[in-house]
Amino acid sequence: MGKTNTYYKKNKVDEKVIYDALTSKKRTHEQKVLDLAHLAENQLNVIPLDEKQIHYFETGAINDLFEGHAPYRCRYIMPEYELLMKNGSKFLRLEKPKNLDEAIFALMSIYHHVPSITSFPVYLGNLDALLDPFMDGLSDEEIKSKLRLFLNFLDRTITDSFCHANLGPKYLRATRLILEVEKELNNTVPNFTIKYNSKVTDDEFLKQAIDCSLKCSNPAICNDDANCNNYEKPGYGISSCYNILPVRGGAYTLTRLTLTKLAYETKDIEEFINVILPDCIECITRYENDRVSFLVEKSGFFESSFLVDEGLIDRNRFVIMFGVTGLAECVNKLLEDKGLKYGRDEEADKLAQRIMDKVRDEVGKYEARYSPLTNNKFMLHAQVGLDSDIGVTSGVRIPVGDEPESFVAHLKHSAIFHKYFPAGVGDIFPIAPNVVHNLDSMADLVKGAFKEGVHYMSFYSGDTDVVRITGYLVKISEMNKYFDEEAVIKQTTALGAENYKSSHLERRKVRLG
Amino acid sequence: MKALVNKIIPLSTVDGRGLRSAVFFQGCNIRCLYCHNPETWKVCNNCFLCVDKCKGNALSIVDNKVVWDEKKCIYCDTCIHICENHSSPRVKEMDVDEVYNKIIENVPFIRGVTFSGGECTLQEKFLIPLLKKLKKDNLSIFLDSNGMILFEEKEELVSLIDGVMLDVKAWDDDIYHKLTSFSNANVKKNLKYLYSINKLEEIRIVNVPSLVDVSSCLKGIKETLNSDKIDIKLKLIRFRNNGVRGVLEKTPSPSLEEMNSYKKEAEELGFTDILIL
Repeated sequence: MGKTNTYYKKNKVDEKVIYDALTSKKRTHEQKVLDLAHLAENQLNVIPLDEKQIHYFETGAINDLFEGHAPYRCRYIMPEYELLMKNGSKFLRLEKPKNLDEAIFALMSIYHHVPSITSFPVYLGNLDALLDPFMDGLSDEEIKSKLRLFLNFLDRTITDSFCHANLGPKYLRATRLILEVEKELNNTVPNFTIKYNSKVTDDEFLKQAIDCSLKCSNPAICNDDANCNNYEKPGYGISSCYNILPVRGGAYTLTRLTLTKLAYETKDIEEFINVILPDCIECITRYENDRVSFLVEKSGFFESSFLVDEGLIDRNRFVIMFGVTGLAECVNKLLEDKGLKYGRDEEADKLAQRIMDKVRDEVGKYEARYSPLTNNKFMLHAQVGLDSDIGVTSGVRIPVGDEPESFVAHLKHSAIFHKYFPAGVGDIFPIAPNVVHNLDSMADLVKGAFKEGVHYMSFYSGDTDVVRITGYLVKISEMNKYFDEEAVIKQTTALGAENYKSSHLERRKVRLG
Repeated sequence: MKALVNKIIPLSTVDGRGLRSAVFFQGCNIRCLYCHNPETWKVCNNCFLCVDKCKGNALSIVDNKVVWDEKKCIYCDTCIHICENHSSPRVKEMDVDEVYNKIIENVPFIRGVTFSGGECTLQEKFLIPLLKKLKKDNLSIFLDSNGMILFEEKEELVSLIDGVMLDVKAWDDDIYHKLTSFSNANVKKNLKYLYSINKLEEIRIVNVPSLVDVSSCLKGIKETLNSDKIDIKLKLIRFRNNGVRGVLEKTPSPSLEEMNSYKKEAEELGFTDILIL
């Protein structure tokens, strides 16, 4: 994976870049193969770009998040794994599973064949609901020993943390056992999210999930009441870094608008909102539509995938995500002369809302190609960031160090900005470790935050090895290896290590202390 | 109606079950040797000792009274440490609506409010109108109390609260007296009474090695409540000398082994919800 914005240059990739990728002493064999594939893809020029788009790519206002120059698979793929449980798979020569071993085996087999932008599966399904029907007649210990092997297999073979499994909203026996095993394993893959629904989810489930996340920073918690009507049946799943996407579909592509960089175009707030912002948004929607056209019409992806043939994915359920990031520093830059700050000053927050209203309205004006599920609308997503983001805070979060003193004020602030993002947004809060003695208090906090309008939140406790970077998880012990120039198993360790350092994540305000 | 408020913690995870706002009143009716916040004992006597020592220039004298500027305060605690009167210049005089509004800011995050101190029951007259308002917002009310007042004589107050977190401290009256300068007869009566009306929320014992009779305390509580299983939260707290002034300021904390052995004793007596802190 390259380190810079991969906007199109007419010149071909330098041979030295290929040589360096091939001879790297820090990348594993698997990581090198992916790097080389990326470089090969980037030799092509199949998406048109005009001068205006190139300008915004060059300033960093547009960033295509390393998607590559010639899209040949969808960015995020959300198979409806329930169909595998129901029918088996012809292509993979798998019978319909009859017991827990077969069900786990079927999933392990199919995950290998689910591509994504990372080339690894970013969505593993609602694991508890998938496996619970196979647990009758087995003791908790028998099941847990199978789950241990299964979860460790995922952690050791899916070597990229942008991989997500979902639990809930119903508290099943499988939910309880998966969380018990996860708490003991302390893995970074998969990332878990529980769906919390005020009408369906048992408080005990919420408390077990919180207890687990204070131990190993996992799972995160999604407000199901706020998200369950985003897409028609079979509904939504959470993938990768807080992407709320349709199951049996996914996202074709994601390009982001880095508001921070755009704010350098002008000092005039009115010009920013009325001229520059609409101009850049038009460029992004056109660019994304061109990518999707190539993907659907030329790449052969939908024609060659057995996931399509067997009904696990359906082109009509794919959406185009429009990413937004760096709202905080954008506002701070525009109000630089007054010294006002996002998350601290009312005038700054009002301007931030004005900007977001404008983003929503402008993006809403354009037709997203091949997107019948969303009535041809682009889906807004608060993008969480890249290792190269220095001075750009994820999505609509408040920068580390600028957090309000009051946790209530912080959560109310989150609630205001979460509502703009049906395709996912989230906040991360380090929590004082002694909260483990009063899990009811954290459950109250989550329920209150969701009632207030927060869509998604995650916690970790200061004293764990596994930490949340922008959404994905990384082990501090692995980051230290990376800093010592050793090869590390997970692709995302490098991203995490750079981000942890440059964003000073160790200085996030610890809450409830 | 006004009361002296030492501080309000908007979201507390250590003052009772669930997420709660905690209000600390100024003024206490006993003097525990191990008190962590002796600055809550008395009302400021305006001796002005703290004013010149303030590192943030947050204290001044107006109309012969110490005035605290919250915005300038750097919370270094110098004023508290040098106060010879066991008080604090950071106390605010607040009326019922002011306290109510401060609490309500935290809805819907909190499930209730805990009143502590000092000793919160000394503010009975202030509490009654405040609790009446808070009950309308469906917030549960706990009092964190030393149990010096007799709850069975405070009908209206008791009717407005959901539970008392009772600091039992010691069982033998001589030991209790040594610890607080008072008798624990009322504490024992309150234990029995609050349990009988289902308003005993939590029992607390702070273990100071070779001073507090933890074993007798556990047995005494068990006999008083007269029940096979006791599911009231029991907090066994290790004495810590931070903030403590006087004869115990250098006393070390008890070992975790000692605490665990008391936990085991409590389990054998039928306590089911025990936390060592």
